[in-house]
Amino acid sequence: MNHRHHLELRHIRITLDDHCLVELDARVGPGEVLTVMGPSGSGKSTLLAFLAGFLSEAFDATGRVLLDGQDITPFPPEKRGMGLLFQDPLLFPHLSVAGNLRFGLPPASPDKAERVEQALAQIGLESFGDRDPDTLSGGQKARVALMRLLLSNPCAVLLDEPFSKLDTHLRHEMRQLVFDRLHDAGLPTLLVTHDHDDARDAGGQVIELS
Amino acid sequence: MMLRLAPVLIVTLLVGPILAGLVMAVLPAFGYLPVLGGTEFGLAPWRELFAQPGLARSVIVSFATGLVTTGVSLTVVLLFLAGMAGSRLDRWIRRLVSPLLSIPHAAAAFGLAFLIAPSGLLARLVSPGLTGWERPPDLLIVQDPWGLSLMAGMVIKEIPFLLLMSLAALPQLDPQRRVAMARSLGYRPTIAWMKTVAPALYPLIRLPVYAVIAYTSSVVDVALILGPTLPPVLSISVIEWFNDPDLERRYLASAGAILQLGVTAGALLTWWCLEKLTARLMACWIERGGRQRGERSLRLAGKGLILASTLTAFVGLGGLALNSVSGFWQFPAALPEGFTSIHWMRALPALAGPVTSTLTIAIGATFIALVLVLAALENEQRTGRQASKALWLLYLPLIVPQIAFLFGLVVIMESLGAGPRQWVVIFGHLLFVLPYVFLSLSEVYRRFDPRWSRLALSLGASRNGSFWRVRLPMLLAPILTAMAVGLAVSIGQYLPTQLLGAGRITTVTTEAVALASGGNRRVIGVWALVQATLPLFGFILAVGLPRLLWSNRRGMRGAP
Repeated sequence: MNHRHHLELRHIRITLDDHCLVELDARVGPGEVLTVMGPSGSGKSTLLAFLAGFLSEAFDATGRVLLDGQDITPFPPEKRGMGLLFQDPLLFPHLSVAGNLRFGLPPASPDKAERVEQALAQIGLESFGDRDPDTLSGGQKARVALMRLLLSNPCAVLLDEPFSKLDTHLRHEMRQLVFDRLHDAGLPTLLVTHDHDDARDAGGQVIELS
Repeated sequence: MMLRLAPVLIVTLLVGPILAGLVMAVLPAFGYLPVLGGTEFGLAPWRELFAQPGLARSVIVSFATGLVTTGVSLTVVLLFLAGMAGSRLDRWIRRLVSPLLSIPHAAAAFGLAFLIAPSGLLARLVSPGLTGWERPPDLLIVQDPWGLSLMAGMVIKEIPFLLLMSLAALPQLDPQRRVAMARSLGYRPTIAWMKTVAPALYPLIRLPVYAVIAYTSSVVDVALILGPTLPPVLSISVIEWFNDPDLERRYLASAGAILQLGVTAGALLTWWCLEKLTARLMACWIERGGRQRGERSLRLAGKGLILASTLTAFVGLGGLALNSVSGFWQFPAALPEGFTSIHWMRALPALAGPVTSTLTIAIGATFIALVLVLAALENEQRTGRQASKALWLLYLPLIVPQIAFLFGLVVIMESLGAGPRQWVVIFGHLLFVLPYVFLSLSEVYRRFDPRWSRLALSLGASRNGSFWRVRLPMLLAPILTAMAVGLAVSIGQYLPTQLLGAGRITTVTTEAVALASGGNRRVIGVWALVQATLPLFGFILAVGLPRLLWSNRRGMRGAP
């Protein structure tokens, strides 16, 4: 997790029926956060879908996404190295907490059980491995989701309003945790939100979509 | 990629045999069947067909059975949904609809026969007290010449089918909001539902309704149990001609099969006209703006009719059970004088073979259907294309009368030298299992939150990995339900087993129906009960297994 990654968005332009939704040109360095703000319907989700590789064929997109200098635009989602955090923690309901973390680990990683244990300890959830994820609190779920993302060893991270569904008192704490972790891991991050507090806590460059 | 082939394979599997079968029924109907030496086209089979005594009556009863059964079933379902939404009865019926649907047609028909026959449970209950009957009255209640008992037997089974289809379609209409809006304008709830939800619901269940018309106007197994005999309904006459030792009658049978196709098409066309007329009348009724009138009667009708049909089905099953263990049982006595297990003990050795072949065929057909359906749905997800235009093709095996194309298939199989083997029967069942498995799974599969798969991919899982590790386990419950539906459909099949198996492959269904002519109620009770319980095991597994597996996973309960 000590690699230094950087993400480059070159002349991105996404259109739907000749109507331009998003235009963006930016560089995100290791551990930096780029915040994209805008009201709903401004094309934030479309931008994320494009970067993660899930853009529907109805859209036309031009421009290139470079991760550590490599053009990943033609790659399928599972080969891009883009980690995702959604509004909901989306812990797989059929797996245990440990099972969810293990899902994130690449298949070839050694000492899986041990790494899962360590990961649980890091987020203060020792001995929670066998628990049903549905019995966790909102904050605990969010932490497991973050840990699962980090274990999958991404090269860049996309955040889709990950704090909007948390209680206000948890929100600030989670933001700190997420941004600190991503910064420590040296991951370039793109945050999509409509909450100005998110942007302030992220502390990076802010782009407003209209 | 194998996945890409799946939709093509499904369409070929469904459409190919039906078209080929129809062609091979049309040709002999016009005198062309080289195997039997018929090489010249002519109208002789048709002249022979129209010279058959009682043909007109057969045609009319078949035609009327299709329309009346469908009309009554649909009315009951709509009245129930309109009047009972959200009530306790509503929740009860919703829970009962799947097991009701899983009861094979033949078992339900036997149950009804045991109930309403002159010496049946109903007559016993009121005799001799009310009727004064000391002996069973000489009335033709079951197998009445106008097919009324046949229609009643079908209504019992078609109500749960249409109800399930409606319940599946309703959520996308948001009925609560529509009714709430109408009620705020002063409409009583049942009227509100009829005026705001029913007109939007009907187009969504139109294809299932057509399937009911096609099925009921050409049914064979129920008609053998409850239908008129002299003359029988058209489909039965056709079967008799086909099974005639005199092979020359094959021409006549083929012409009859094509006539059956015409009768079903005629019934569909008539329904379509009635549909237009009803739409007009409904429009007038809605525009007139009445808010109160009829509320009470509609409500009572909905409640009474659904209760009557559900009770009949279950009491019928109870009657089967009672008969299967009854000892000596003289007529007006409501209950047997003693109970015995001897009928079961006698039947058990004979049950093993048919039960095994029933399950082999059902599991085989369901498994193939499930693999094809999952492949097609997964392909749809990966390519992002909707295959909705080909959807009506799925209904083809349900809308073309079985008898019309199964004949042709038998002829093809015979000419290919493929004897009555089990795989031929499995393939025949697949034609009917596949559409039901697809229909019960497709909606859940398409509605499955796409973020789960995206998440799995972004965590580095491959597309196949995300299918096996995320989608399949999370959709386990609906997949098992679809399998149970598939098993139930296959277990209930009579005609494909009988025709493609050339009478040599026996399942519990063919055995039970064959017993109908014998009239030994004790033995029929045993076989029909076995036939009714087999599909139930499938549903019990489908409900129980996920609960067991996910007992420690709260998020998997009732989801997704």
